[in-house]
Amino acid sequence: MARMKFLCDADRCIECNACVTACKNENEVPWGINRRRVVTINDGKPGEKSVSMACMHCTDAPCQAVCPVNCFYTTADGVVLHSKDLCIGCGYCFYACPFGAPQYPKVGNFGSRGKMDKCTYCAGGPEADGSAEEYAKYGANRLAEGKLPLCAEMCSTKSLLAGDGEIIAQIYKERVVKRGYGSGAWGWKTAYRETIAS
Amino acid sequence: MNTFVARLRIFVTAFALLLLAVAGSPVNAQQPQRVDPQADAVKEEQLLQQLQVIKGRGTIPDVKSYTLEQPAGRDWRHFHEVTLRWIGGIAILGILALLVVFYLWRGMVRIESGRSGRTIVRFNAFERFVHWMTATCFIILALSGLNITFGRPLLLPLIGLEAFSAWSEWAKYAHNYLSFPFTLGVILIFLMWIGGNIPNRIDVAWFTRGGGIVGHDHPPAYRFNGGQKMIYWIVVLGGSAAAISGYVLIFPFYGTDVHSMQNATMVHSIVAMLFIAAMLGHIYIGTIGMQGAFEAMGSGTVDVNWAKEHHSLWLQQEQARATGSNQSQARPSATPAE
Ligand code: HEM
Ligand code: SF4
Ligand code: SF4
Repeated sequence: MARMKFLCDADRCIECNACVTACKNENEVPWGINRRRVVTINDGKPGEKSVSMACMHCTDAPCQAVCPVNCFYTTADGVVLHSKDLCIGCGYCFYACPFGAPQYPKVGNFGSRGKMDKCTYCAGGPEADGSAEEYAKYGANRLAEGKLPLCAEMCSTKSLLAGDGEIIAQIYKERVVKRGYGSGAWGWKTAYRETIAS
Repeated sequence: MNTFVARLRIFVTAFALLLLAVAGSPVNAQQPQRVDPQADAVKEEQLLQQLQVIKGRGTIPDVKSYTLEQPAGRDWRHFHEVTLRWIGGIAILGILALLVVFYLWRGMVRIESGRSGRTIVRFNAFERFVHWMTATCFIILALSGLNITFGRPLLLPLIGLEAFSAWSEWAKYAHNYLSFPFTLGVILIFLMWIGGNIPNRIDVAWFTRGGGIVGHDHPPAYRFNGGQKMIYWIVVLGGSAAAISGYVLIFPFYGTDVHSMQNATMVHSIVAMLFIAAMLGHIYIGTIGMQGAFEAMGSGTVDVNWAKEHHSLWLQQEQARATGSNQSQARPSATPAE
């Protein structure tokens, strides 16, 4: 069984934000929420790097561990999904998530949060695959159609890679060997407890 | 003429070439033999070691999203899943066990001289209202809070995902909204009873003589004895700490970042666990631990003999005041029970 992962090759990212836009469009992500974002480190300085980040679908996911109502589940592909029917909007998953992935629509008074929303690896939620209810709550289920997440699929520089962890790690390794450098697979150590030797 | 134009042309061309060469040379100088953007590139490992968090610049309004990585979430997870449950479990089960053992050993502290049949007002209606408002809120806050900490391992397996989620959502609303009357209650308690709760030398003697609950001694005390003063300050300080950290949690990211939010939950939950343990002790003494104590907050009056044994100095004060005013008007602070 494949173990799906994301890999952002920061040496290729040109901060075009197309992945961000593609995600918003493909999944009809609610106003004010970004499931994916691009963060630029050392902006304007030598050695600047941009990294496209969303939920990394962690191994032994912290969000899943802390959720007081146990609304997360990890699929056989290693994708971390959750049920908006069960979520109570407590915000704990955001505190535990190393990548700031969980997002909350602001509803009502004071800081009250709506149902958590995050990247689903374009794999929907607990509802029937491809159903209208699933789409309304979680967005597209491309994985069920045999397609990879749209952000990675349409990345123009192929900086953002999605797919089976071993295959994308192999692609990245070959790139590093060929061009002679690589700033590493950002977040892999934190998310998957492994690094890609380069 | 022709030669002049030709010379001029050569001159202009040469000048232009020179300009190009001058302008072009820095560009050439910047290009080394082999491109190595890695030379001063930021490295994840290094950034994480330096700062424990990687931040950058983003292009969306949500500034929280500019934090790329915060592995500290893992420590917070460990706190919430392991450390806090140990703290809470030991504090709450520990105090319950102690109380059971204590009750078996000491039993209910009786009014040794029996009931006199005469009562004296201890808490007026307003004081009792504030006490019970705060207490009701506290119990609901405690249960709904403990549900966040312990509900998933203890309650969820019994009632299932859907029911547990529905209950937890209500518990969350209750926790959020009852925080306001609770906070008001803590403030009123602080103002209402501060007069009798400043620690003094009598409390030291009271504690060294076992406070009348450990032995069979009856050390003198004014309106509040050393133990009650302790409860007062636990409520005032613990209540304030719970309220302040709680409001940080209710208003997430209003001037706080993810790190301060994590700290707020840690402060809030540890204070809450110790607070609950202390209040269990308080509830014990107020009910089965001591005969005649509950009435003070129930009907508002206590038996005169109870007052004599537990608050001798306060009783003297009240009686002096009553006889002082009895001459002019009958103040029924000490009334026959019939
Ligand atoms: C006075 C104002 C208070 C406020 C504003 C407040 C607010 C909060 C908030 C926002 C949370 C986060 C969980 C959620 O959203 O449901 C929380 C958790 C919690 N609160 Fe309170 N609270 C207050 C008082 C108390 C008191 C008095 C207690 C204990 C008796 C208490 C016990 C807890 C516990 C045990 C948790 C769960 C902690 C965890 O598992 O991380 N709270 N509180
Ligand atoms: S990146 Fe965050 S939300 Fe995604 S699986 Fe990991 S901890 Fe959960
Ligand atoms: S916000 Fe929802 S998904 Fe996140 S921890 Fe709370 S209940 Fe679970």
